[in-house]
Amino acid sequence: MNMPVLERNVQGKSKLSFVDCDIHPIQRSEKDLHPYLSAHWREHMTTFGGHVRQGLIGQVMHPRMMAAGQRADAYPKNGGPPGSDLELMQQQHLDFNGVETGMLVALSRGGMEERNLDFAAALSSAVNDWQLHDWVEKDRRLKAGIVVPQEHAEHAVQEIDRRVQDEAFRQVIISPKSSEPLGRRRYWPIYEACARNNIVLGLHPAGVSGGNPSSGTGWGTYYMQEHYTFGTTTTGNLISMVIEGVFEKFPNLKVALIESGFSWAPALGWRMDKHWERMRKETPHLKRPPSEYLREHVWFCTQPMEEPETAGHLTEIIDWIGWDRIMFSSDYPHWDFDDPKYALNFKMTDKQRAGILRDNAKALYRLA
Amino acid sequence: MSRYVVAKAGEVAPGTSKLVTVKGREIGIFNVQGAYYALANTCPHEGGSLCEGRITGLVQSDGPGQYKLLRKGEFLRCPFHGWEFEVATGQSYCDPTSMRIRQFNVEVAPGEDVVKGPYVAESFPVSVEEEYLVVEV
Amino acid sequence: MKLPYHGAIDCDLHPAVPSTKALVPYLDDFWQDHLANRHIDRFGLTLSSNAPGLPISAREDWRPAQGLPGSDFELLRKQALDGFGLRYAICNVLHGAVALFNVDMAAALCTAVNRYVAKEWLDRDPRLRGSILVPPQNVDLAVAEIERCAGDKRFVQVMFLVMGDAPLGQRRYWPIFQAAEKHGLPIGVHAGSSFRQAPTGSGWPSYHLEDYLLQAPAFEDLIVSFLTEGVFQKFPGLKLVLAESGFTFLPTLLWRNNKVWRGARTEVPWIDRPPADIIRDHVRFTLQPVDAPDGKMLNRIFEHVGSDKLVLFSTDYPHPHFEGDDALPDGLSDDMIRRILIDNPLETYPRLRDAAGAANAQMNKEAVP
Repeated sequence: MNMPVLERNVQGKSKLSFVDCDIHPIQRSEKDLHPYLSAHWREHMTTFGGHVRQGLIGQVMHPRMMAAGQRADAYPKNGGPPGSDLELMQQQHLDFNGVETGMLVALSRGGMEERNLDFAAALSSAVNDWQLHDWVEKDRRLKAGIVVPQEHAEHAVQEIDRRVQDEAFRQVIISPKSSEPLGRRRYWPIYEACARNNIVLGLHPAGVSGGNPSSGTGWGTYYMQEHYTFGTTTTGNLISMVIEGVFEKFPNLKVALIESGFSWAPALGWRMDKHWERMRKETPHLKRPPSEYLREHVWFCTQPMEEPETAGHLTEIIDWIGWDRIMFSSDYPHWDFDDPKYALNFKMTDKQRAGILRDNAKALYRLA
Repeated sequence: MSRYVVAKAGEVAPGTSKLVTVKGREIGIFNVQGAYYALANTCPHEGGSLCEGRITGLVQSDGPGQYKLLRKGEFLRCPFHGWEFEVATGQSYCDPTSMRIRQFNVEVAPGEDVVKGPYVAESFPVSVEEEYLVVEV
Repeated sequence: MKLPYHGAIDCDLHPAVPSTKALVPYLDDFWQDHLANRHIDRFGLTLSSNAPGLPISAREDWRPAQGLPGSDFELLRKQALDGFGLRYAICNVLHGAVALFNVDMAAALCTAVNRYVAKEWLDRDPRLRGSILVPPQNVDLAVAEIERCAGDKRFVQVMFLVMGDAPLGQRRYWPIFQAAEKHGLPIGVHAGSSFRQAPTGSGWPSYHLEDYLLQAPAFEDLIVSFLTEGVFQKFPGLKLVLAESGFTFLPTLLWRNNKVWRGARTEVPWIDRPPADIIRDHVRFTLQPVDAPDGKMLNRIFEHVGSDKLVLFSTDYPHPHFEGDDALPDGLSDDMIRRILIDNPLETYPRLRDAAGAANAQMNKEAVP
């Protein structure tokens, strides 16, 4: 029998500096957004609060397994949720792990899920200001993602156009837990704005449903089911974007999938190609086999890293996807955090490792 | 191998742990119902600081919808991914054969012995009246 | 490639009920009268996820001159049973009864479909086997239908669509599994939806092609439902057969559930061993459609899956997934072909095993002078 793993060989003391494509900052409380909201919306937030599509306030109906979905060691000593204290983030992650660039994905109170569209617009502007002033300006390793009210395309476009010249913002963030599949035309103005401004579109699942059960079979009972739907929901959205012809319409649109895994991508490409071949008359706007759009337009972040029974199988999966399309992400400070020293525990060349840890993200996001 | 005095025995109460550093290595000292265990403070999976995790019991089931919490205080959940480890053996509950936390010998020594040596107390003041936890590294 | 020998067991083939009028003789007086009053018998009760005109619903050379694909017995016998030299073929009738909201009407129609299948199909060719269509809308009525059919050993499984009222692993459905296990009937789940909810977690897509592609993620979520609910702990003799599901998604499914289980185990503590092992022991997949580009890739997928016992031969007749007689993908080893064509189906379906055993015994008896 093999010896048990006691401690892993980590990638030495001289760490390769890396780009972390998924870090979650959060407000200590809603008051952090007050400086960036008008008196009207401050009052609204205090009195009415958010209006989202679920039955509980401030917590999800599939409660997370670990410490409300957080790394249990990431709670700041002086209060506030994990991800709300820059100093702790620096100490625990940015400095400790040697992050060269950290891509912020601000999920909380950003208006992605808000049903009151005007409030959603106000929140997204506020969260973008907050990312800029409370995070990026205080630690230049951090880059922001423009959070937009995705169900309100008109404001989303305004927000993108307003932010995009600022180098602090390197992508646009929307959630695959949308009200409709993301290929539907109501979202195309957002893609037009991304393509026109040559800025990456990042898809990261938010906690709350866009109004549909989280799987085509209905709501699951357990968190373990809900966790799995992050992947299947993203699959559904990718099918939608490809088959609706989003990438025909916007040939320079680049999409980064964040926290959705990647090992399912080859099978999805094969399946789409096979059945498109027989059904292609239904979608004459598609000029090429669907997998080619995936290969050209989609990048994948690693977390939550797959851990096959045989580690080498992952090497093969990435061979099929393309080594230039995989980017390391940690998901700090969430419970399913991946550590850059441990997570890439399968065979690859130094160049491939550097690609995943740093170079692929630098090229995609045009980081200096 | 040297033996290091790391704490007074009374400092680690049953059901709790204490993080100590020996030769630059973080070690968690755990007290499970009066028995002491020393485990590396590094999860073998992805390096989580184990002393930040909850000390808990073992959840078992006789079938769907049936829940039992057994052996309270004998298990540790990593603060990252919630993997469960048996404190006494360091073994992963889900993967006992191939995943285990590095263990160290720890014993209780009377102050009298500790004062005599051959122990490394680093800057730890000892007195003959107390009992001490001694880790072998 | 073509099948190398006769005797394959086709675990997913689709006779069609030609019209609701064809079911009328199998309904009681009340339902005959009731359907006629409401003109329900003048419509097809055809599932939209299996719309007959779609290129995905029938191969051109397998469409009858008139009527629904799969509705012509002689054509199915010639093209499928004889054409592929099948030993057995399991009839999965996709019928709209399962999409109705009136549970009693649904149950009456399911009964009629099963009686129709027994009489008009199973009686006409000894190679044909049936799946029991049950009303998923009501568990008591579904169990009653299983009990009614179970005495006929030609029915070899119970059938559902993958997207129904709720994830099928839920405890509300367990009396069905109890009855199925008792009678040696696997639970068959076929692609399709009654569209009680959108086929994605983000709502309703635009194209039929998307609906078809989205079957696979729905099957993934279904497997996770059976796994987490503990169905296989409660019913250790139960097999789940997924038909027309595809299976190249399996490696990700196995890996991810193994990983998440380690952190999420305490919410579902009846999962007492790695999920991948449970899935490999209990879940089976019909072959077509093969969503891998070539034999080399397919063999890599089987290697990642870590088992040669999971795939059951199917033609999915009259659905079009391959050209000519090439019902097997290229590049499989002889052992794997034998497992897919014969061994895996026999290991999955107790009633086929019994029938094959009886037939072999009969042959041996005749061979001895």
